Amino acid sequence: MTDVPQQKPDLAEVVLAARNVAKSYGNVHALKGVNFDIHRGQVTTLFGENGAGKSTLMKILSGVIQPTSGEIILDGKPVAFNNSTEARDRGISIIHQELSLAPNLSVRDNIFMGREIMGPTGVDFAEEERQARRLMAELEEDIDPLTPVEELRLGQQQIVEIARALSVDSRILIMDEPTSALSASEVEVLFKVIRDLTAKGVSIVYISHHLEEALQITDHAVVLRDGTMTAYAPRGGIDLEWIVRNMVGDNYDLGSPPEGHVFGEVALSVRDLTVADPKGGAFNVVDRLSLDLRAGEVVCIYGLMGAGRTELLETVAGRLRASSGEVVLEGREISHLSIAERIARGLALVPEDRQRDGLVQTMSVGENLSLASIASFTKGLFTQKKAERALIDASIREVTVKTSGPAAAIGSLSGGNQQKVVIGKMLATKPRVIMLDEPSRGIDIGAKAEVFKLLAEEAKRGLAVIYSTSEVGECLSIAHRIIVMHKGRISAEFDSNVSKEKIMAASGESVAA
Amino acid sequence: MSDTTLARTAAAKPAFSLGRLLLEGRAFFALILIVAVFSFLSPNYFTVSNFLIMASHVAIYGILAVGMLLVILNGGIDLSVGSVLALSGVIAGALMQGVEMQALGVILYPPVWAVVVLTCALGALVGAVNGVLIAWFKVPAFVATLGVMYVARGVALLMTNGLTYNNLSGRPELGNTGFDWLGFNRLAGIPISVLVLAAIAVLAGLMLSRSAFGRWLYASGGNERAADLSGVPVKRVKITVYTLSGMLAAVAGLVLSSQLTSAGPTAGTTYELTAIAAVVIGGAALTGGRGTVRGTMLGAFVIGFLSDGLVIIGVSSYWQTVFTGAVIVLAVLMNSIQYGKGPRKG
Repeated sequence: MTDVPQQKPDLAEVVLAARNVAKSYGNVHALKGVNFDIHRGQVTTLFGENGAGKSTLMKILSGVIQPTSGEIILDGKPVAFNNSTEARDRGISIIHQELSLAPNLSVRDNIFMGREIMGPTGVDFAEEERQARRLMAELEEDIDPLTPVEELRLGQQQIVEIARALSVDSRILIMDEPTSALSASEVEVLFKVIRDLTAKGVSIVYISHHLEEALQITDHAVVLRDGTMTAYAPRGGIDLEWIVRNMVGDNYDLGSPPEGHVFGEVALSVRDLTVADPKGGAFNVVDRLSLDLRAGEVVCIYGLMGAGRTELLETVAGRLRASSGEVVLEGREISHLSIAERIARGLALVPEDRQRDGLVQTMSVGENLSLASIASFTKGLFTQKKAERALIDASIREVTVKTSGPAAAIGSLSGGNQQKVVIGKMLATKPRVIMLDEPSRGIDIGAKAEVFKLLAEEAKRGLAVIYSTSEVGECLSIAHRIIVMHKGRISAEFDSNVSKEKIMAASGESVAA
Repeated sequence: MSDTTLARTAAAKPAFSLGRLLLEGRAFFALILIVAVFSFLSPNYFTVSNFLIMASHVAIYGILAVGMLLVILNGGIDLSVGSVLALSGVIAGALMQGVEMQALGVILYPPVWAVVVLTCALGALVGAVNGVLIAWFKVPAFVATLGVMYVARGVALLMTNGLTYNNLSGRPELGNTGFDWLGFNRLAGIPISVLVLAAIAVLAGLMLSRSAFGRWLYASGGNERAADLSGVPVKRVKITVYTLSGMLAAVAGLVLSSQLTSAGPTAGTTYELTAIAAVVIGGAALTGGRGTVRGTMLGAFVIGFLSDGLVIIGVSSYWQTVFTGAVIVLAVLMNSIQYGKGPRKG
């Protein structure tokens, strides 16, 4: 049983509301009829796992994208925003999760980008600079407005992003993960600013993965799961346990880790692996990390965004270079091998971002499935059509891709089926070790369950699986062993009987700012 | 479960639509239209001899366009082919005049086959330089090939001091005759240059549709990161396509100088743009991953037959430029209709 999403009457006036808002991308339903209220002068926090539809809902409310159906009601009247500028003119602004700054421009120019203050002789730079200085003082940040944004560290860039939203004097301010790169003291300042704003009657929508941090500031909580609102409550009625239960859901079960088989030899062994920040930062994204994985074993790597999980997997797969340490596959050191050679030895990676790293959008479903195993159906100079077709058909059957046929365009599939194609492509290489980086992102619960079933079956046949995720529930339903990563290191290791709260605590998630 | 997943749904079968047919076969219909219109306007257009002459003109652009197609499929661009064409012609010309070995005090007159091989090797080398700059040193393709375009043209001018080699026929007593075979001779009534183009097109078509390399090329052009993670040697693919493009430019240079029986350092200026136009008219996407040899050949013939047709009916060459430009813009417009999902908000 989940809480029935009921909007309880609230004393504060509703300034902006979403009514039955839905958004689909082709066959992918990001939002399925969501109701959402924003109250004057209060903070409403939106909770949900990755892919639950939080960012989509916020983008709709701020006019960045348009809903497929449903309506937006501002001050009691239905409105339609064609773009974010129209929403901004009506007093709604958004701080995006991904920074949207021009790195080559100064802090001042970024804050006033697109709505420069005009004087008689063009842009009034002096006035802009004065206002930028005032905003920086308000945020207690020692940043000169003339500094180029690219010279600031990530946290300071986020401050600039916040300052830009504040500079508009909006009535409704949407903050999508505003604190992901901020230090604890910066978060304190931000919260002070939020309290000042709400005292002035500004409404705030707040999204954060730091659950306890969000609990400090919020007046209302709304939980989204798989594009639907699952729970709503005012601050008084919620605690951490309530949020996690509604986020993850307890009315469905993704199954439990595969049982009844004996693990084999160590298939993959990582020794003191260190990877420098590919973006040139001072800290190592993977820091002297060691782990062993046996044949038939499913290990879940849990961690927040930026914990170093993706970098770890990409280094093992051969995309990134390690600065030190070694990777041993079935007893042989493979650090010097290319990606193709590692695939040939039986090591496969299903990358995190399937659109960017997993699929070739210009190719058909069949060509995508066979892409990683071309050598297996090439004889002499030419590829063998029959052998390729057999491989594709077997693959479609194995991972149960719902498609009109191998010649269908890859874009015609739903997100879940696209993900199955990426997994099927790597399974077709007959790997001994497969690493999956957030494979459940943006796919619905049914597809998730099918992926889990598939992995469980493969594990029973002796495949070693590394499953990386930022969703705790998944770890518990698939993994024999759970490794928690935090700042490039293993911060804890559990067996599958551990509680969700313990895992989250080890990742640094529920530690208050 | 498996039965249903493989079952073809009715929706996958595209309903017959005239608009779709016209859109997808646009280069073919454009060619038919051009031939029909000019045949109506001039009695000399629709004759076998005229078609063969026009085809031998198309051969130059066509050979360049095949190389350009490979590069564009990879998501790149090769601006250097016109200059490489000229440089190759000049090198072939210089080799035909004899190479003086001062240390030995002799002048070597390499036979024609050796001239052809050396020239192709030179074109491949220039192309490989492009490829290495782009794949290893991450120079944007546009800039790298633009630079090489200037350098190759400059070297061609330096070698000849701006002059043209006119004597390419060789001398019987030196055993290096036969250079004009490429441009003048015919096999079964068909010019050799057209046969060379046909052979190159067939080989390239086979490579793209049947070989592992072809699949690598489409994959790395469609999404280089995904191809890389699937074990495709994306850098090797990149260097190979630029090398092939350079080599084909050298072949085009040999054919052109053989047709003209002279090799000048200013030959082939702006030919790279004609080659790009042929590829685009043929339906390839400049973003990479989409395009076929068949389309590119149609594109080359559309451009060639259009400009020759305008000459035959006596339209000013200035108008030819205008027409060609209009056809290119129209083709790109069609491409964005076919591949785009409607206009996107910026």
